[in-house]
Amino acid sequence: MGAESSPKIVIVDESPIRAAILQEGLREAGFTDVVHISEMQSLLSRIYALDPDVIVIDLENPSRDVLEQMFQVSRAVRRPIAMFVDQSDAASIQASVDAGVSAYIVDGLKKERLKPILDLCISRFNAFAKLQDELDRAKSALEDRKVIDRAKGILMKLKGLTEEEAYVLLRSTAMREKKKIGEIAQSILTASELLK
Amino acid sequence: MTKPLHIGFIPLIDAAALIVAVDKGFTAAEGLDVTLVREVSWSNVRDKLNIGLFDAAHLLAPVAIASSLGLGHVKVPIAAPFNLSLNGNAITVSPALHAAIMAEIDGDRFDPMATALALARVVAARRRSGAEPLTFGMTFPFSTHNYQLRFWMAAGGVDPDEDIRLVVLPPPYMADSIASGQVDAFCVGAPWNSIAVDRGVGLILHFVSDILVRAAEKVLAVRQSWSEKNPELVAALVRAAFRAAEFIEQPQNRTEVASILAQPERIGVEADVIRRTLDGRLKISPDGTIRESSRYLLVGREGAPRPDPVQAAWLYAQMVRWGQAAISPEALAIAMGVFRPDLYDAALGIRGQTDRGAVGSVGAFAGPAFDPVDMAGYLASFKVSRRVP
Repeated sequence: MGAESSPKIVIVDESPIRAAILQEGLREAGFTDVVHISEMQSLLSRIYALDPDVIVIDLENPSRDVLEQMFQVSRAVRRPIAMFVDQSDAASIQASVDAGVSAYIVDGLKKERLKPILDLCISRFNAFAKLQDELDRAKSALEDRKVIDRAKGILMKLKGLTEEEAYVLLRSTAMREKKKIGEIAQSILTASELLK
Repeated sequence: MTKPLHIGFIPLIDAAALIVAVDKGFTAAEGLDVTLVREVSWSNVRDKLNIGLFDAAHLLAPVAIASSLGLGHVKVPIAAPFNLSLNGNAITVSPALHAAIMAEIDGDRFDPMATALALARVVAARRRSGAEPLTFGMTFPFSTHNYQLRFWMAAGGVDPDEDIRLVVLPPPYMADSIASGQVDAFCVGAPWNSIAVDRGVGLILHFVSDILVRAAEKVLAVRQSWSEKNPELVAALVRAAFRAAEFIEQPQNRTEVASILAQPERIGVEADVIRRTLDGRLKISPDGTIRESSRYLLVGREGAPRPDPVQAAWLYAQMVRWGQAAISPEALAIAMGVFRPDLYDAALGIRGQTDRGAVGSVGAFAGPAFDPVDMAGYLASFKVSRRVP
């Protein structure tokens, strides 16, 4: 590998969306030689065939133990892994484990070239986690809205309220009981189910 | 209650003493507030223990030693004040390889020397016919499974680095891999051998207790620095784990133990499979053949919970034999120092001395009796090895 050429990076990740986010980030940063592996069968032989300089893997992937085999010097391993992130840099290890990603650098690549790659992976993994979190929250907000709408309907029917009045009743009850409106709405649904 | 403790584990039956200690409330009774964290790889468990995200962990005994020696990864000294299990692994082979070995066997099919010699003949015949070498799966480079497979086949003359392929596979993938032909055999802990047998894709060739009478398997691991700062927490953990280990060994508790371990957030496999393992009564063939051994998995019996530094020395000797570590008296001392009977005794006193019976320390089926004092002499007696020059 020449000093100027882009190191070959392999991303091992079963999540296609996260891998795409990572791949895009790496490309933007000028790392053009990026390959994504999503299939864990025969992982090691696929990695050997690609012969990367850096391997990035998500920590939820059981196949991480497969990569550890590359630390071993044996007939099967052509270029052993030199290190897992930077062994002297505890902060890097901490940040990468927190983000849920780890990177292995294969023998031959200068370790200072890993740092920007790892930092980028960490920030993209964190961004993905945030996105996932927002998505989950949006989903639960949508669920809440459905529940609230149904609770409003029950109140309107049973108590002869307008939609507006039903909502005010839900909100004031929630405030008095220090609960979320969604929780009050859910208890109305449960109660009406029981009293059917 | 103390500050919350996070303890990592891999979903395997040999985490039983840890899981039962927490789920039966034995840790809470010691004043500990423990959260168990299920993990997917030994690398994760090791890293999270090393950087302090975990206070303690269910860990492969050789990983605790490798971490203390700085082999393959960052050097972080580990202390093992409690041995979670002895034995418990098995070697499973595909129906085709089983038939090939049985066609070549001269002797009892549970005699590991007879099967190892038969395997050597199968390997030689494959080489003559130009067939691909056999592939064996194991769980981690620094694992008992790796060393047990190597010890067994090398006794029959098979060189594990030259004559076959030895690959790491995550335990949940073992049954699929043998079914798809990606591997011909594997060595793994429970319940994964039974799962392959139940699926009809493998036969259990050996319990590891055929190969070694006593083999330290998983330990309760803490950072050495943590153990020095928190001696009371270490002692409380040891007491809770010991209580759980004794509880597990009572036959009348087995149904309850199996249902605790079967929970989806714990091991997450059927209670019936777990029960078979705990009872040492395993279906070894898809045809329903049952094999029983009281030594299949030892948790709270025969002195299993008390860490034995001779076991650590034996594991270090395997690292030297297979080229993972150089031989040195300093490294041997570090390895033996990982296993901490002193911490165990400090926590339990005389109560912790369960009856070991007349069993020796390692009891391997081949080679001379293991003597940590003369490790060079011991290792020199093995023809097949991969010592670093």
